[in-house]
Amino acid sequence: MVDPRTSVVEERFSGIGRIIAISSGKGGVGKSLVATTLALMLARKGCKVGLFDLDFTSPSTHIILGAGDAKPKEDKGLWPPEVSGLKYMSLIYYTGDKAAPLRGVDTSNALIELLAVTRWGSLDFLVIDMPPGIGDAVLDLIRLVRNIEFLVVTTSSPLAFETVKKFVALLKDMKVEVLGILENMKMNDSDSVEAKTKKLGVPFLGEIRYDPKVEKAIGREAMLFDTAIAQEIKEIVESGLC
Amino acid sequence: MHEWALAEAVIAAATEIAKKEKLKQVTEVTIKIGELQQVEREIFVFALKQLKPVSFNNTRFRVTRGKTKLKCRACGNIWLFQKAKLNAETAEAIHFVPEVAHTYMKCPRCGSPDFEIAEGRGIWLENVKGAC
Repeated sequence: MVDPRTSVVEERFSGIGRIIAISSGKGGVGKSLVATTLALMLARKGCKVGLFDLDFTSPSTHIILGAGDAKPKEDKGLWPPEVSGLKYMSLIYYTGDKAAPLRGVDTSNALIELLAVTRWGSLDFLVIDMPPGIGDAVLDLIRLVRNIEFLVVTTSSPLAFETVKKFVALLKDMKVEVLGILENMKMNDSDSVEAKTKKLGVPFLGEIRYDPKVEKAIGREAMLFDTAIAQEIKEIVESGLC
Repeated sequence: MHEWALAEAVIAAATEIAKKEKLKQVTEVTIKIGELQQVEREIFVFALKQLKPVSFNNTRFRVTRGKTKLKCRACGNIWLFQKAKLNAETAEAIHFVPEVAHTYMKCPRCGSPDFEIAEGRGIWLENVKGAC
């Protein structure tokens, strides 16, 4: 017995220039905001961008985008609808506002299903909002998606960085490209995260100071561009990403 | 026509197997479809025939259906999936991603959404036969 779905995943991603997974060892560090803002910023620069929410149990990019009632179009697969200039895919289309109580095997199956049937077409970038931690989604993506790159988000807290350290070590062990570490919600002037990142041998991408305006910008794309997250991500994008 | 994407996956997987086993002609491909995904058999078989490469010219596609057995992790109850008990919107959501069954269905005995899809989830490639 063979699961045929994995055989078609490479083909589904063949029209995509770069695939960037926004991850962290820890939850609550701002991955979804970073992923959404990065996708929007790349699109604003004129790139063709997709945003894929793989945080099945706690999806939130649809809230950040203020996505309406758009649904994927069914034509020899699923074509993500356009939301705020992005091709946007999420399990939320099929769960609505209800919980998805998925165990590991179910998460893996749902992920492989979406990888196999979603048609992205031609994109410059696909940004993936990952669930927290080193779990099924991370391992499945590394197994199935060649050339995937990880952008790792942390906060200044040693609790967050400790998990990020393990996460980056695993990625390096598995010979997966790490774009770098981004420090989010910074509330002091310490440069300890930058120093610790350098010790890990991966780039320090920058720091985003804690910005209370972010909460008000959720669901309001225009306001999101006026936050500290957007300012820092703009610098990352302009420093060579796009 | 979500079936088309699944048929593409089957052809890709069967082609990989044929290549690995050095089969010049594939004579039979056996596929099992679990009821939970509610695949339209006719559309699926039509897509398989449209997508098949030259080495599959004389291939017989055997498509069998399997019941979906669900097992509650909380109380151990085992029951069979019945599409008729779902409304159209829920059935369609489960058709696209069978795991969202956990969002809409519960164990009929204890009410837990924590159940295992023990059998009959979606599409499986059972066998690829051919001649070298």
